[in-house]
Amino acid sequence: MAALVNRRTVISGFILLALVFPFLTKNSYVLHILTLAFIWMIAVYGLNLLAGYTGYLSLAHAGFFAIGAYSLGILTVKVGMNYWLAFLSSLIITCILGLLIGLIALRTKEHFFAIYTLCVGYIIYLVIDKWDGLTGGVRGLIGIPVPAGVGPLSFEEPQSQYYLILFFLLLTVLMVYRIVHSLSGRTFIAIRNSEELAKTLGIATMKNKLMVFVLSTLFAGLAGVLYASFIRFIGPDIGYITITFDLLMYLLVGGIGTLAGPIVGTILIVWVSQSLQFLQDFRMLIFGPLLTLLIIFYPRGIIGAFYEWKIKRQEKKRMRALIKKHKDAEFSDANSVPDKKVKEG
Amino acid sequence: MFLETKALTKQFGGLIAVNDVSFSLEKGKINAIIGPNGAGKSTFFNLVSGSHSPTSGQVIFKDQNITKLPPNKIAELGIARTFQTTNLFEQSTVLDNVIVGHRLRTNSTLLDAVLRTKRFKREESKCKEKAIEVLDFVGLTAVSDQLASNITQEEKKRVAFALALATDPEVVFLDEPAAGINPDETEGLAELMKKMVDRGITVCLIEHKMQMIMKLADKIMVLNYGEKIAEGTPEEIMNNQMVIEAYLGGSASA
Repeated sequence: MAALVNRRTVISGFILLALVFPFLTKNSYVLHILTLAFIWMIAVYGLNLLAGYTGYLSLAHAGFFAIGAYSLGILTVKVGMNYWLAFLSSLIITCILGLLIGLIALRTKEHFFAIYTLCVGYIIYLVIDKWDGLTGGVRGLIGIPVPAGVGPLSFEEPQSQYYLILFFLLLTVLMVYRIVHSLSGRTFIAIRNSEELAKTLGIATMKNKLMVFVLSTLFAGLAGVLYASFIRFIGPDIGYITITFDLLMYLLVGGIGTLAGPIVGTILIVWVSQSLQFLQDFRMLIFGPLLTLLIIFYPRGIIGAFYEWKIKRQEKKRMRALIKKHKDAEFSDANSVPDKKVKEG
Repeated sequence: MFLETKALTKQFGGLIAVNDVSFSLEKGKINAIIGPNGAGKSTFFNLVSGSHSPTSGQVIFKDQNITKLPPNKIAELGIARTFQTTNLFEQSTVLDNVIVGHRLRTNSTLLDAVLRTKRFKREESKCKEKAIEVLDFVGLTAVSDQLASNITQEEKKRVAFALALATDPEVVFLDEPAAGINPDETEGLAELMKKMVDRGITVCLIEHKMQMIMKLADKIMVLNYGEKIAEGTPEEIMNNQMVIEAYLGGSASA
C-alpha cells in the first residue's frame, strides 16, 4: 500500500512539474525541445505496445509517423479542410493503412517481421519523397496551420501548444496504462511469451496482433499529426529510417515493455544529445558504447533495471524473514528437544 | 462418442508421422498414449488440438467435426492441452500468469479496457477468481504471489495444469507431464490427474514413465512408427506381444 501511495505521489509530482514547467523557464528553446520530446514519447508508446508488450518489433514506425504528419499537411494545406476534421481524418487514414499493412506484415514473425516492416517503412519514405504532386517531394510541405482554437483556447503560442501536446501525451499514457493493466494487455503479453501457448488457451492471436498493430500506428500517427502542426513544415526526412531507430533507442534506453520507459528514455536521450551538441557528430562515439553496455547489462532498460533491483530487494527481505522464522522455530524446538539441534547443526 | 479420431494421418514430406490412427477417448477416464521415441505421440496431440492439420482423416468432438478448426476455436469448445515445456512470463507472479487462461471465456475489448466499463470490471474479477480457484485446485495457493522465475520445476508443471484448467475444459491433453521431475513429485501429479477426473474432466496424456501409466491409466493406446499397434487396458497392453517387441526389440529381425 505504501508503495502505491508512493507511486501516486511520484506520478502527480511529475505531472505538476510538467504543468508548471513553462513558468519556470523563460528559455523558449528548452520549451521547444521538451514539446518535441513529448511528441516522440507518444510515438514511442505506440512502439512499446507492439514491440514491448506483444513482442513484434516494428521498424516501420517512422513511416506511420510520416503518414500521420503528411495526411494532416495535405488535408489542411492542399485540401483546405477544417483543422480538427483533418486531425481526425489523418488518424483514420493512418489506422486504415496500418490495418492493410498489418494484415500482411503480421503473417511474418520475429526478425522476419522486423525486416519486413523495415522495408515497408523505407517504401513509405520513398513514396513520400518521389510523389511530388501529392507530397511536394523533397521540398516538403510548408504553412501547415497550428491547431485551431477550441472555444476560448487558442494554440498560437508555443506555451499553449506545449499544453495541448502534454494533454495528448497524458491521454496516451492513460490509455496505454489501462490497456496494459487489463485482460487485453494480458492477452498481448501471453502472445509475446509464446504464441503457440496463447493459441491453445483460446486466444485468437491474429486478431489481437492486428489490434495492437493498428493501435500502435494510431499513436505513431497522432505523434506525426502533432509534429506537423507544431513544426509547421514537414519534409520526407521525418519518415526516414533514422527516426525509427531514434524511437527504438528511446524505448530501449528507457525500458522496453515498461510503462515509464518511453518517458525516461526519451527525456534522457534528448537531454544528453542536447548537452553534447558541441561535439557535433562525434557524440555518437559516446552514445554508441553507452548504448551497447546498457543493452548487454540491462536489456530491459533503466526502468527494467530499477524493477529488477526492487524485486531482488523484496526477495532478500522475504528470505531474511523466512530465515528468522526458521531460526525462531529452531530455537523453540531446541528448548523442547535439546539434542535435536546438535544433530541438525 | 466423446472425442474420436478417424483414420488420422499426418505426413511430413516423405515421413508419415501418424498413420491411419483411429482412437476414441473414454469419457471421464484417464487415457494414455505411449510409444517409443519418435512414434508420433506429440504429432497426434498436435493434430487433435489443431496445431497441425492432418493430411487425411478426421477428429470428431461430441459429434462435431473439428478437423479443420484453428487451435483457439478448439480450445473454446473445451479441449485444453499442455506442452512439454511451458513458457511462463518469469517477471510476473504465478497468479498473473494464470489469469489469462480464462480470457477465452470473456468478451471485453480494448474499448472496455480504456473506458473501464462494468463488463471490464466484472470480467477482470471473474478471471482472477478463476485463476485463484484453479491454483487452489492444483495446490499452488502458497506460491501464487511469487514470481514465476522463483518456483520449482514441479510447480511449473502444476502452473501448466492450472493454465489448461482455467480455460474450463472438458478434456485435457497433457504432453509428458512428469518429464524431468522426481518419483515423489510424479506421484503428486498422478494424484492431481485423478482429482481432475473426479471433477468430471477427461484426461489424455503422453508419458514415458511406465510404472506411473500402468497404475494410472484406464485405457492405453500404443503407437509405433506412427501406427497404432495396440489399445486396451493396462493388463492387455502389458501382455501384448507387439508392444513387448516394440519396447524390447523383436527376436531376430531387430
